[in-house]
Amino acid sequence: MRVLVDHFDVFAGGLWLTFQLCLLSAIGALLLGTVAAVMRISPIPPMRWVGAAYVTVFRNCPLTIVFFFAAFGLPALGSNGDFLRIPGLTTIFSRLGVDIPYFRFAIIALSVYTGAFVCEAIRSGINAVPAGQAEAARAIGLTFTQNLRFVVLPQAWKAAIVPLGSVIIAMIKNSALAGFFGLVGELSNSGVNLTSALGEPIIPVFIGVSIGFLIMTVPLGLLIDHVERRRAVAR
Amino acid sequence: MVTVLLLGAGAYYLVYRPLDEQGQFSMELWGPLIDPGNEVFSLVWARLRDGFVATFIAAALAIVSSLVFGTGLAVLRIQLKSLNKRRFTGLIAPLAVALRGLSWLLTIVSRLFVEIFRGLPVVITIFFVASALPELGVDLGDILWYLVIGLTLYNMVVIGEILRSGMEGLPGGQREAAEAMGLSPFQTTRMILLPQAFRIMLPALISQLVVVLKDTSLGFIISYEEVLRVSGQIIQALPEPNPIQVYAVVGVIYIAVNYALSKLAEYTQRRLARGRKTAGLPPEKPPAAITAEAETALN
Repeated sequence: MRVLVDHFDVFAGGLWLTFQLCLLSAIGALLLGTVAAVMRISPIPPMRWVGAAYVTVFRNCPLTIVFFFAAFGLPALGSNGDFLRIPGLTTIFSRLGVDIPYFRFAIIALSVYTGAFVCEAIRSGINAVPAGQAEAARAIGLTFTQNLRFVVLPQAWKAAIVPLGSVIIAMIKNSALAGFFGLVGELSNSGVNLTSALGEPIIPVFIGVSIGFLIMTVPLGLLIDHVERRRAVAR
Repeated sequence: MVTVLLLGAGAYYLVYRPLDEQGQFSMELWGPLIDPGNEVFSLVWARLRDGFVATFIAAALAIVSSLVFGTGLAVLRIQLKSLNKRRFTGLIAPLAVALRGLSWLLTIVSRLFVEIFRGLPVVITIFFVASALPELGVDLGDILWYLVIGLTLYNMVVIGEILRSGMEGLPGGQREAAEAMGLSPFQTTRMILLPQAFRIMLPALISQLVVVLKDTSLGFIISYEEVLRVSGQIIQALPEPNPIQVYAVVGVIYIAVNYALSKLAEYTQRRLARGRKTAGLPPEKPPAAITAEAETALN
């Protein structure tokens, strides 16, 4: 157990980097997923096809392949994910701005993959809104965008919050894969390094890494259970 | 019409053009995969087939063992719940206290087990199973078993929770009727609750199969020779390395298989929903007197 005390800074740093990765990817996935959900219910057929294709592809493809494409495909497209070097954000999340692109690739892979699941969660929320709501909104002359913004999405959001929570928990767990795709210093990467490079005993390191992930997933899970129960009582 | 043009133009400029400029559409890169006349075509596909067979074997073993252990876990947790209510009044006091303490302890342990392995990333579980078991002196010989154990630890917990919530969601009358017939709690679970939970939860179980199939790809981390690792070897062995092409082909096959499975899950769900509806068809109309009474009460 000494390793947990001796290398506490490694575990803490790994947790912090994983947290940054999860936060940024969650924002990206929520944005992408909402856009995809809106596309899937839009009145223009090609938009619906693109949305459906996106969801089908990324829900059925292993995350590992998505990561492979982000890490090998994006450089082939001539991109280093530089569009993520957003001026204000790089000062807070210093890893966004560095020249080694793997943090940005990890964000892209996680956002794109999770976005498909977010889309399905939001769509299930939209389906829970009674059809009369949207029809009434159309009848008083709101456009499609206004209809979504003021009537459908605010109500869909409430029904979607529990499935969205489980999607985000799954994403936090999936972020562990980034450590195996070049993201140095992330929680799982630090664990692997401590055991294989520094020869630390495996079980204590495993416990340290586990605690790091459980700190993020278990409270979120309990929060979702709580929201779900309160929802059930309210109905 | 405008959107079609916009989407087409976007795809052309952002994806096709850069790929074409780098020569990613050339026959040197695609040939080994799509041209049967290519000298390595059959070799590449033989290796890919081996990889997919290895993937499916691991996935099949993992799903079967997760089902077995997950069912066990669900039954255990249901039994413990009813056991915790028992007072063991017929037994002498110290023994009763010890039994109650034991069942209480088992409840906590099983709960912790579920929370921990549900909250851990599968990658971490697989990686540490593969590196910790040999260190503890457990040598299983084939890497396949470490992958199966890692996948099982996660999926048995998920399946166990699916089944448990299925059993707890059943109408209380089912259990009460079974107990009134004189079935023991274990018999009630085995013959009454579990079969119904399986039926209701079948779509969720099939969806879990998709998850297992996708997670099998994590085997490349512990160098299990599944399809992604094989693809890596193919890419390195070819004179013209073509990662994008090989991973695209593998991805398409994965998507096709998983898409078929999720369609199957949807179909089962529809079938089951229809079955339930017809089974409960005879609508129970309350006697007219009661409805009349209720209406007057409302007024």
